[in-house]
Amino acid sequence: MTEQGVRWTAEQVLALAPDDASRKAGARLGGAGPWSQTGGSASGAVWGLCKGSGSTPYRTVVDLSGPAYKCSCPSRKFPCKHALGLLLLWAAEGLDTSSGAPDWAGEWLAERAAKAARPATGRSGPADAEGARKRAERRAARIGAGVTELEQRLADLVRGGLAGQERAGYAAWEETAARMVDAQAPGLASRVRELGTIPSCGTGWPARMLEEAALLHLLDRAWLGVSGLPEPLVETVRSRLGLQSRTEGEAVRDHWLVLAQYDTASPDGRLITRRTWLRGLRSGRPALVLDFGPPGRPPGLALPVGLALEAEARFRPGSAGLRADLGEGFGPAAPCRTAPAGVSTTAALEAYGAALREDPWLESWPVVLGPVVPIPGGRQEGAQGEQQASEAWQLADAEGTSALPVPLTGAGSRPGTGLWQLAALSGGGPLTVFGECGHLGFTPLTAWHPDSSEPVVLG
Amino acid sequence: MSTTTERTTDAAYTSGSWDDLVGAALLGTERRRGSPGALLGAAAVQTVRRRAGLRPAEAGPRPEPAPHDPRPEPPEAAGRRLAQLLAGRAGAGSGSGRRGAAPDLTELLPQWLAAAAQHGYRAPASLIPALLDVARARSDLRPQALALAGTRGLWLARLNPDWRFALRGGSGGAGELPDAEDSVAVERLWQEGLFAERVALLGLVRAHEAAAGPRLLETTWSTERAEDRLMFLDSLRVGLSAGDEPFLEAALGDRSRNVRATAAELLSALPTSALAGRMAERALTCVGPEGVTPPAECDAGMLRDGVVKRPPAGRGERAWWLGQLVESAPLSCWRDRFGGLGPAEIVALPVAEGWAEELHAAWCRAAVRQGDPAWSQALLGEASAPPAAGPATASLAERAKLLSTLGEEERAAWVAEFIRTHGLSEAFQLLGVCLVPWAGALGRVVIEALDSARETGGYPWSFSGVMGLAERCLDPAEAGRLDALAAEPVEEGGAAAYWSEAFQRLVATLRLRAALHTELTPPPTH
Repeated sequence: MTEQGVRWTAEQVLALAPDDASRKAGARLGGAGPWSQTGGSASGAVWGLCKGSGSTPYRTVVDLSGPAYKCSCPSRKFPCKHALGLLLLWAAEGLDTSSGAPDWAGEWLAERAAKAARPATGRSGPADAEGARKRAERRAARIGAGVTELEQRLADLVRGGLAGQERAGYAAWEETAARMVDAQAPGLASRVRELGTIPSCGTGWPARMLEEAALLHLLDRAWLGVSGLPEPLVETVRSRLGLQSRTEGEAVRDHWLVLAQYDTASPDGRLITRRTWLRGLRSGRPALVLDFGPPGRPPGLALPVGLALEAEARFRPGSAGLRADLGEGFGPAAPCRTAPAGVSTTAALEAYGAALREDPWLESWPVVLGPVVPIPGGRQEGAQGEQQASEAWQLADAEGTSALPVPLTGAGSRPGTGLWQLAALSGGGPLTVFGECGHLGFTPLTAWHPDSSEPVVLG
Repeated sequence: MSTTTERTTDAAYTSGSWDDLVGAALLGTERRRGSPGALLGAAAVQTVRRRAGLRPAEAGPRPEPAPHDPRPEPPEAAGRRLAQLLAGRAGAGSGSGRRGAAPDLTELLPQWLAAAAQHGYRAPASLIPALLDVARARSDLRPQALALAGTRGLWLARLNPDWRFALRGGSGGAGELPDAEDSVAVERLWQEGLFAERVALLGLVRAHEAAAGPRLLETTWSTERAEDRLMFLDSLRVGLSAGDEPFLEAALGDRSRNVRATAAELLSALPTSALAGRMAERALTCVGPEGVTPPAECDAGMLRDGVVKRPPAGRGERAWWLGQLVESAPLSCWRDRFGGLGPAEIVALPVAEGWAEELHAAWCRAAVRQGDPAWSQALLGEASAPPAAGPATASLAERAKLLSTLGEEERAAWVAEFIRTHGLSEAFQLLGVCLVPWAGALGRVVIEALDSARETGGYPWSFSGVMGLAERCLDPAEAGRLDALAAEPVEEGGAAAYWSEAFQRLVATLRLRAALHTELTPPPTH
């Protein structure tokens, strides 16, 4: 079987969609109707002509090994609906691989192949070492001033007491956050913004606010004493402040299985962050790839859940070795035919605890949990029809009595669709779940039913 | 002095519990004369320590495992299609005229559900929440969506109050039903089951043995709530047989007026029932070759047989009673009364001034209720005749009901003829009762009519109703015929461009429907 024969699922394709509108538009183009001259190559590319409203059909070509897309349509979305439609068509029916690529597709594919073969060139000419050092010093000084100011602000907060915060409102924190942006410490700015929202987040807020203020204080102190810290921790502190790392990270070549991918928008809606969770099939190593995009132009990296791609991941120093950048790929991504092995709830928390040793600011750690049974929260009818009251959802070890709570998200803290999908998939039985395990509990992102290797992305 | 206090307080921060720290932070260090840095430092240590030392919680009671659903899952491609249709369900129908050239996925969901039901599939588990949401939002799709969701759907609905409707709804086949022969299990589910399960059980038992239905109903009838009694009676409509008569006859004396009326209606649909006989006797004294004499009063016997005494506003008492007698009398009784004439001849007879409309309308209702194609045919008349000149009714809704009693071919032929002579503008309701996919000739007439609507300069949105129906009902095999229409060269703008787009959408939808059915067909087993 050629690699082309291993097709993606429609879910995997639709996961690439930059937004809901493209997902729908792409789905409509996923039938044979508007397409002509479609084809594919054994080396992992698909192409076709899609009839639009104009007289000339759009030329769409996808290189599955990126995946990378090219389409002659004017859409600025990426991938565009035509690329999605073409992939859906391929996912559903496969495409003929007997004829070669037409010129317009072949040229682009050849260009990409040539680019991949060229050795990566170093950045621009001779480095201005002296200038760089001066710039770094200036920035360090600005951050230092910002950090000192923030320390003052935190000291004022606990001196006067948190009790006043509920009335104090958000504006003052927003102003502090703006000062941190001016100080070129974006990491501090976003933590400060987060801190400002806590008093309006319902019961238990004082404890949470103290936690966040304390961790922010810890970060401030770490920066002020950064010269005395061991090297990996220095990198962690720098990345938490929003500074780029100074050293090249470790490169790991592996087959990377995509465990989850999701987008979050910044509070002001001006930046989309796309998180992609990977796990090395050989090394077992977890990796988090972050990608960013302004609204309307979603992040470029789009990897469907359940695919594995052979690539070099370059891990950034610090931050518990989680952040990585994907380097050049080696061949097209292909579906992984086995569900990953899971660990118990105890082991999941131990992994998170161990990671905190390297990065105390870490919110959560990626864990494949299983076999576990989801226990829906809220009021539910028990075996004899009596009402049993329990509050939060849990994921419980299939054997034993331990469970992790599942933090509720969404309006009014009602369980989202994803949790109900998880319950439906389980039917009261055990399954394997990938998610983020942290101090708030376990947030499930992807699930595998014991009878199926196909991952279900929890929406 | 103050330094000493501060040191003591700071030491207390370091040794204090987390709750102490939160308390101190709430009050503020100023009041205790501690240093903010010491409090924040101690809190940081505690926070990291607490997080690093987290242990799992104790598991709550696990849900009962969902009952086994023995039905197969649809083939992979079909499952993906369903996911796509469910994902596209929101926000699709803008409702305004122009809809672009892409198929409307919302309209294909009902087809997918119906086809899947024919194959006897269960829903892929991960799609059940979306299916339950669909069932909640669209009551027209509820029975099919719930049937597909099956026992796991019910299991899930017990966990989420938003889906409680699934436990109440009158859908059949949603629960796991016992063997109809297993009288103990049947009895138990009948006594303890949810309403939906009981309705489904009644259907199962009746399909197995007609007389077993009434027997089951009688065991609990006196204790059922009136609305439940009504729903149970209503479910007898399907597969109604003479065996149900004694039970229905008894229900004529029910406490609830709605129950009584429904029982009477069901009995009148059984031409051999005693009630139908009594109604025939009354009707025959009122209507005959010599003319129409409506009843003079509504006596106790008529009341017991379900005749409603008070007419709605604007209608005369006697005409109201007459209508009810005629619609409940078996149509077979008229042949003798009119000296051996057939339905068409009887309908064609002149009727005394003022009574024709009342009488023909009652015959229409009787033909529909008794499912009598010969009378329906007679009352419909020729499809090519102008609607107002028809023998019985000009109402398209009434005609659609009459049509639904005809055989498939006859129905399609009548509607095709109607469209050929009268065009599309009034055909919407009539097309709605034709079997899907439309018969070849009917489909071709619709396409021709759409084409001529285009040629005469109409706009496609004037025909959006028929267009939508065509998307749902045309045989996918007609897609090739439409390609030519979709590809007509057009100048920018103007009606022609909109038509081309509308035809493109129609073709794309038909192709999608064809794919949808192919995907649902199980792969051959060896």
